[in-house]
Amino acid sequence: MSIPLPVFVAVPLVTAFLLPVFSSLGRKGKAVATVLANMVTVSLLVMAVASIGQSRVYEVGKWSIPLGINLVLDGLSSLLLLAISIVSAAAMLFSARYMEQYTAKAKFLCLFLLMIAGMNGVVLSGDIFNLFVFLEIASLASYALVGFGCEHEELEASFKYMVLGSIGSIFVLFAVALVYGNTGSLNMAYVSKAIQGTGLNPGLAFALCLFVAGFGLKAALVPFHAWLPDAHPSAPAPISAMLSGILIKTLGIYALVRVVFNVFGISVQMGWILVVLGLLSMIAGAFLAIGQGDFKRLLAYSSISQIGYVVLGIGLGGLILARDGNVAWASLAILGGLFHLVNHAVYKSLLFLTSGSVQMSTGTRQLKQMGGLAEKLPFTRATCTIASASIVGIPPFSGFWSKLILVIAAVQAAFYWVAALIVFVSLCTLIMYLKVQRYVFLGELPENLEQIEEQKGSMAIAMVFLALLCMLMGLLLVPALRSNILQPAVDVLTDGISYSANVIKMSMKV
Amino acid sequence: MHYALCFLLFVIGLYCAVTKKNMVKIVIGIIVMEYAVNLFLIMLGYRLGGVAPIIDKGQLESGTGQIAASFINSSVDPLPQALVLTAIVISLGSLALMISICIRTYEKYGTFDITQIRRLKG
Repeated sequence: MSIPLPVFVAVPLVTAFLLPVFSSLGRKGKAVATVLANMVTVSLLVMAVASIGQSRVYEVGKWSIPLGINLVLDGLSSLLLLAISIVSAAAMLFSARYMEQYTAKAKFLCLFLLMIAGMNGVVLSGDIFNLFVFLEIASLASYALVGFGCEHEELEASFKYMVLGSIGSIFVLFAVALVYGNTGSLNMAYVSKAIQGTGLNPGLAFALCLFVAGFGLKAALVPFHAWLPDAHPSAPAPISAMLSGILIKTLGIYALVRVVFNVFGISVQMGWILVVLGLLSMIAGAFLAIGQGDFKRLLAYSSISQIGYVVLGIGLGGLILARDGNVAWASLAILGGLFHLVNHAVYKSLLFLTSGSVQMSTGTRQLKQMGGLAEKLPFTRATCTIASASIVGIPPFSGFWSKLILVIAAVQAAFYWVAALIVFVSLCTLIMYLKVQRYVFLGELPENLEQIEEQKGSMAIAMVFLALLCMLMGLLLVPALRSNILQPAVDVLTDGISYSANVIKMSMKV
Repeated sequence: MHYALCFLLFVIGLYCAVTKKNMVKIVIGIIVMEYAVNLFLIMLGYRLGGVAPIIDKGQLESGTGQIAASFINSSVDPLPQALVLTAIVISLGSLALMISICIRTYEKYGTFDITQIRRLKG
């Protein structure tokens, strides 16, 4: 069954603007809006699963490229679509109960769906300016969601995030303008074709730098990370899960990788830049996370560290590809990076959801004010432990496999020091999650927390769903699943600039 | 020369957004950057003495019905204008959100000075 590609953007976009209408209907309207929003995310999940392993081009309004706008579904896009819809379905289910604490739930759902529409648009867009537009839709929705609580901290974090995010967006727009000026096209396939013809002139090289800075700001790579540890903890928990789980990956890493690998073509310098950014984020994020006393802030710093792994894997693959041209080694490193991306989307969103559950029950995020919650919050305890085991990399949980692949890929390509650093940062990760377990779930129960109760229902279902995925994600490496889900995405990156020829060929067939 | 001035405007905006302490001035800096990029896009498509890119009967060659070469060589590029319209709409949206966040922050903290709005650190 082939689903028309605009549906992925249109369904959440249209529903988003319908939902505020229900808020005027009082309690019943709010319930209807919640159910409707959940139906949208679940149906997006079903559609994303249905479109695995397909690749096709959709021309908007039947205008053929390069005159019109196209949407491209390929291996990498469908992998990201799947990750987006898994995380958003779980976070939406979680917020059905969690967001009862806040007013204006319909507006929250509206912004949430807008963010999903923007992210789906980013991964499907085959046009560099449209990518910018969708990126802005998702970013604007996320700025508003970070400040949703309208308290002191939320507003401050939202402003910081917004200033840095806007600067990132403007860099991207500037780069798009430079690309248009130098190649005369905005369609990624035709831009790539033009760059292959003329080579990288100074204008295009500057555009590439701007893309790295702009998408790096969105991905919160060190040294562009200053906003993340403020913004992610300040948002309501399901939104933190969305931001850390998938937004930084879609707007930052996916867009960066797409532009670097498929449009400009990977070079040795670019490979080194990605490897260095990845290593810096990995190490700095881990060190900063260990010292944190705020549960969600610790998770946010840990996100920076984990994003480092993803960029490191993909950058290492690109470096090997550009230097030795050994596709088998390169594809192993890229496989590790992309697999880690999906794993991190699942377990980090789960960790943020459990932190939300803890915060809702205890009313605090400070680790030192908690303790002994293991008996009071059994579901949260179980799922949080599974997610921690995954992120630390204990077999057979998902994080172990992706880290193992990264280490093997680094050793195979004779980057022994990189492999050693990956293992070292894993140890730091172990320390920070032992700290979480120790302070939150073990130890003495403080007197003021003796009356608390766990929130069950939709919140528990969402957490158990993600925990099950954490346990089962290792199965993605089974050859039958791997060749359908992960390998097509890896091939898109290893094929590099032949993306252009593929897209043009596919649109001829339409 | 024009491009250099446009880039200068961009750098001024960036400088303002990064160094100023007042929230409203930071917002102004960001808007200046956006305008510089919009200006750059418009300049890409502009031609000195160009004509509007609208085809009517006068632009068609008599006989063949093809678009005259003189029109193609003298019309300005319409695509950047479409891009700029979109970019302006987006920047309007983000400006509205930024200003409303500034106002809400002022209500809470009673100041626009970002050195005094520092509850988050670590």
